[in-house]
Amino acid sequence: MLRVAVVGLGKMGLSHHAMINAHPRVKVEAICDATGYVLDVLNKYTGVRTYKDFDAMLREVPLDAVIVATPSSTHADMVLKALEKGLHVFCEKPFCLTSRDGAALADLAREKALVNQVGYHNRFVGAFQEVKRLLDARAIGTVTHVLAEAYGPVVLKPKGSTWRTQSSEGGGCLYDYAAHPINLVNWYFGAPVGVGGAVLNRVFSRDTDDEVFATLYYDSGRSAQLSVNWSDESYRKMTTKITIWGSEGRIFADRQECQTYLRDTAPVPAGYKAGWNVRYTTDLTEPVWFYVRGEEYSAQLEYFVRAIEEKRVVDNVNSFDTALMTDRVIEMIITDAASGPSQKSGDAAAVPAKAKRGFFSLGR
Amino acid sequence: MDRLLFGDNQFFGVNHMSEEKARAQMMRFQDIDAVIEVLDNAYDEGIKTFMCTTHDRIGQVCDHMRADPARYKDFTFFPGMPYAHKYANAVTEDGMLGALKRFLPDEGLMNAVVRGGMSLAKKDIEGITTLLVDAEMKMFTGLRTPVVFLMNVVVDLLLGLKFHDAFRIFAEHVKKRYGAEPGFFTMNMPMLVKTLEEVGIENPIVCANINKIGFRMCGGREAYERTLREHKFRAIAMSVYASGAIAPREAIEWVCAQPNIESIVFGASSRANIRSTKMLVDQYWRT
Repeated sequence: MLRVAVVGLGKMGLSHHAMINAHPRVKVEAICDATGYVLDVLNKYTGVRTYKDFDAMLREVPLDAVIVATPSSTHADMVLKALEKGLHVFCEKPFCLTSRDGAALADLAREKALVNQVGYHNRFVGAFQEVKRLLDARAIGTVTHVLAEAYGPVVLKPKGSTWRTQSSEGGGCLYDYAAHPINLVNWYFGAPVGVGGAVLNRVFSRDTDDEVFATLYYDSGRSAQLSVNWSDESYRKMTTKITIWGSEGRIFADRQECQTYLRDTAPVPAGYKAGWNVRYTTDLTEPVWFYVRGEEYSAQLEYFVRAIEEKRVVDNVNSFDTALMTDRVIEMIITDAASGPSQKSGDAAAVPAKAKRGFFSLGR
Repeated sequence: MDRLLFGDNQFFGVNHMSEEKARAQMMRFQDIDAVIEVLDNAYDEGIKTFMCTTHDRIGQVCDHMRADPARYKDFTFFPGMPYAHKYANAVTEDGMLGALKRFLPDEGLMNAVVRGGMSLAKKDIEGITTLLVDAEMKMFTGLRTPVVFLMNVVVDLLLGLKFHDAFRIFAEHVKKRYGAEPGFFTMNMPMLVKTLEEVGIENPIVCANINKIGFRMCGGREAYERTLREHKFRAIAMSVYASGAIAPREAIEWVCAQPNIESIVFGASSRANIRSTKMLVDQYWRT
């Protein structure tokens, strides 16, 4: 049995605890949270060993792995201590608030050959995995542009008092919501060469952003547009979607389905045809041992457990290295947004190269 | 329980296949009259039980039914609680305890205040649970609610946490206060049924995905079939069409061939679809 502790019992931590606790090859040895209330209730009714002090837990409880689901600003410190103790680590997203911390932890995990994973659960969503397969097969030819979106109804009025509404704690729409579509774009296309046109705007929040927009630049003229808003009540719950344009077609995917249009010149993959193709979550989803709130959450924990059992520590899906790539994009967005527009109204426009246009192009 | 129960996913933009379809449904059912019209269609086709969440808008449906007791003499609600998204978003805004406080009744009832306040302080989950149930049940006052369900997001969370006392507390409260049978939604039917047996909840009503392709049937189709054969509980099959992935006839034929399923819950937006599901069930389920 794998001996695991769950640290942080908020919304994510509690569901991680429920899922991993139901895993047939895992024993939850202890749980840890800064506030005693949830701990006391769980101890009283389930008998689980509880700690308020993370260090004491690491000292006293023999463990193989920890699941860290505390507020993002505490990730770096806790993950460091866990790795130093020789524990495999599953950490919630976003990974770290500075890429310097994240890079050091990724190095340490590699050096100590410990399994390291971050909770970007979309990489375990069947429809988003299908997109990856299609791209790897070059089904839509040369990709030129991506639209990566996430919308949902989180902050709908000017209040809120948790860490999720403080950007200094790793809260806000950028860390909480935008990290997901950014991470998907990183998965599909790797690290961008740069970021521009970033906007972090408030709708209701005092201390953080509610809207995130940015352009991610890739080589050969490719780009990705990010459009994220967590103050959008027209969505029932968080919805992440990806649209990808290529020379041979277009892919659209969200959690439920993957719609692909392939031109008849496209290298059509097996099971696909030219024209529209739709794959639904009912076809694309692999069964899991236990379901709380979506197969992908169970699947990522199963992947973590297996990686430990099989001593698979390199090239993991959602490794610290890949999450660090997302942290870096987040940092670039923050920096770019702070600098404002790159061209201001009234700035002298660059003199355009002399165009030799004919009369008929004037009307465009 | 009736053989066929009418679900409410279609009214609230819950569609496991397509966001576009979900949005189109939300637009169509934005006006409560459109919801009532479909419920009337179902009722007139002989489907008299409405299995619904405690979404705020269900309150309007309740008002409508209360206003015309003659027309809706046999109309029956099977409420399922809590409507999770309102809690989940509240947790992000106010934290766990803040959200809890927000949903406890605040109408100044001394009883509720004492029950809630004391329970919070003593970490006594019984008082909090019963208060939350009462808050959600308020909209159904004066209506028939012979079965009250706990939604799968909570059931499966508690199941994973091994927080088994909560099942007993819920079951006892629902029986005592509402004279109702407790029901449990789950995506982990084999594990839940075993657990409810261990906790001593006899012959519970359990509503789970039961469909030919095994969609969202955790533990696998075989474990489901074995549980249906070998355990004593009252099963309701949901997601029998697996969100449209299985053709209606094939789906119903398969479900009706499974042992010990007492009811099927389905959602539909048109009278034609309601009728065709009813005809298929009448055809394949003739016992």
